[in-house]
Amino acid sequence: MATLTLNNVKKSFGKTDVIHGVSIDVEDGEFIVIVGPSGCGKSTLLRMVAGLETISDGEVQIGGRRVNEEEPMARDIAMVFQNYALYPHMSVFDNMAYGLKIAKVDKAEIAERVAQAAKLLQLEPYLNRKPRELSGGQRQRVAMGRAIVRKPAVFLFDEPLSNLDAKLRVQMRLEIRALQRELGVTALYVTHDQVEAMTMADRMIVMNGGVADQIGKPLEVYANPATEFVAGFIGSPPTNFIDGALLGRNGTTRMGVRPEHMRVSDSGKLKARVTYCEALGAETLVHLACADGTLVTVRQDAAAAFPEEGAEVSLDWDISHEMNFDLSGQRV
Amino acid sequence: MSEHTGMVEKRGAGLWLTHLGLIIGVAFIFFPIWLAFVASTVTNAEIIRPPMPLWPGDQFVENYTRALTAGINAPVALMMWNSLVMAMGIALGKIAISLLSAFAIVYFKFPGRQLFFWLIFLTLMLPVEVRIVPTYEVIANFGMLNSYQGLILPLIASATATFLFRQFFMTVPDELAEAARVDGAGPMRFFFDILLPMSRTNIAALFVILFIYGWNQYLWPLLITTDPDMNTIVMGIKQMFPSGDDFAHWPTIMATSILAMVPPVIVVVGMQKLFIRGLVESEK
Repeated sequence: MATLTLNNVKKSFGKTDVIHGVSIDVEDGEFIVIVGPSGCGKSTLLRMVAGLETISDGEVQIGGRRVNEEEPMARDIAMVFQNYALYPHMSVFDNMAYGLKIAKVDKAEIAERVAQAAKLLQLEPYLNRKPRELSGGQRQRVAMGRAIVRKPAVFLFDEPLSNLDAKLRVQMRLEIRALQRELGVTALYVTHDQVEAMTMADRMIVMNGGVADQIGKPLEVYANPATEFVAGFIGSPPTNFIDGALLGRNGTTRMGVRPEHMRVSDSGKLKARVTYCEALGAETLVHLACADGTLVTVRQDAAAAFPEEGAEVSLDWDISHEMNFDLSGQRV
Repeated sequence: MSEHTGMVEKRGAGLWLTHLGLIIGVAFIFFPIWLAFVASTVTNAEIIRPPMPLWPGDQFVENYTRALTAGINAPVALMMWNSLVMAMGIALGKIAISLLSAFAIVYFKFPGRQLFFWLIFLTLMLPVEVRIVPTYEVIANFGMLNSYQGLILPLIASATATFLFRQFFMTVPDELAEAARVDGAGPMRFFFDILLPMSRTNIAALFVILFIYGWNQYLWPLLITTDPDMNTIVMGIKQMFPSGDDFAHWPTIMATSILAMVPPVIVVVGMQKLFIRGLVESEK
């Protein structure tokens, strides 16, 4: 268990800069989620912390100790890979014990630690099986077990749930979070799924093109996005963006309002035509098109009446829910 | 073959015709071997007097004992041992060297990596026969004539096997190497603990091919072994042929031929099970 500090960490491949300087202080036991679209550099950032990529500039500290030059093993981290990376020819037991064997841990202690982890992860019946004889969720657990037995200072997760089906993903999401709380280990978790980020994170880092656009608590980030990108990426359905010009305001700004903060009404700030209504049971999503073709989504309660498709309606919202961004995407 | 349960089921006349075709084919291929076996179980006089016998005689034990213990120039048992050392040396040496060189080429970044790969690949175009004079010169200068090293070393590098292992290593996911690194395994530990066990199917398949390649070497042992005690069995058969006015003792020669076939057959039959088991198991 330890703190993790990134100090203006940068990465470049040749002349191409991939990470433009990320800084964060992670507290002991904190669960940090790095979220962003593919190619934003989130995995690269994680791999730099793991020691699988060299750090071009800046500093990574684990437990207050600079680890830039150290091998992954010496950094006291454990990593869970997207495709689990289990050794196919080893049994579940050997997969979990391999790191400890290399570290020359006493045999009895290896057996005990693996047994503990297996119990925690409900893997006890499968210890003698090979990875190919396990289901996706079980393999995922073995990968987790391999990380746990090491008793590392920091857990690193590289999109660990993206190979699972939707239902299992939700279940494993909860399990990972519960496990991390129980063990109290600092964790860094990479995902492209903003729902995972919202539900799991103590704090999240929203990455965009190699830059950490915003770092903060999920609900804070949701309520108060720092950039247009964050406002659009976090939240589903995404924030509606409307050009200032369409609202008769300054044309160099864009205004964003979340779907749940908009409502369809008889008189409002903006005219739009209903294109489609999705009744999802608990809520209804009304899709509309504005005069200039901008698409807008309104999320309303299922109990509320929704308009006919093709109907001309007005959209209204509270000024307090407006989020304004300049042309470079920064909040103003 | 006819037990295939495909979409088209063959029945009746078709089945019998297929079998007949296969039986004729097998008989055609097998007949010379049968003749050699028959010839190895009769007396020399019976072979020379036409017609040649088609059924085994009663000299099996005598002929084979004579071949194994006395032979003509050297006991066949000794020649078989020489062949075994050479074939095992070539097969295991080739596997070890090509595993390591493929490991270097795939997992390490060093200057001239591509160049080395292509240099290795280039040697495919230079079989022993092409470079036989300079190779002989080198081996002779090293004083390795009539020695196991001389038999094995010039044949031990293998571009084909290197290429095969390179292709296999490239299919191993990078994450496996990274997971091993996170687990604290150094490069050689990763190689022995993970890469090697994962390659066992390929190793088994290669071993079969390379063992037979080594066992069947003819030209190279013929050149560098002048001492009959260092003869290998495949070239030894030729050495048994009479020169000038000598009489050939055909039963011994035929017994030697049959004996020369036994180890490759054992390797193929024995390793086939391992090979197939490996193939089935390595499903990921």
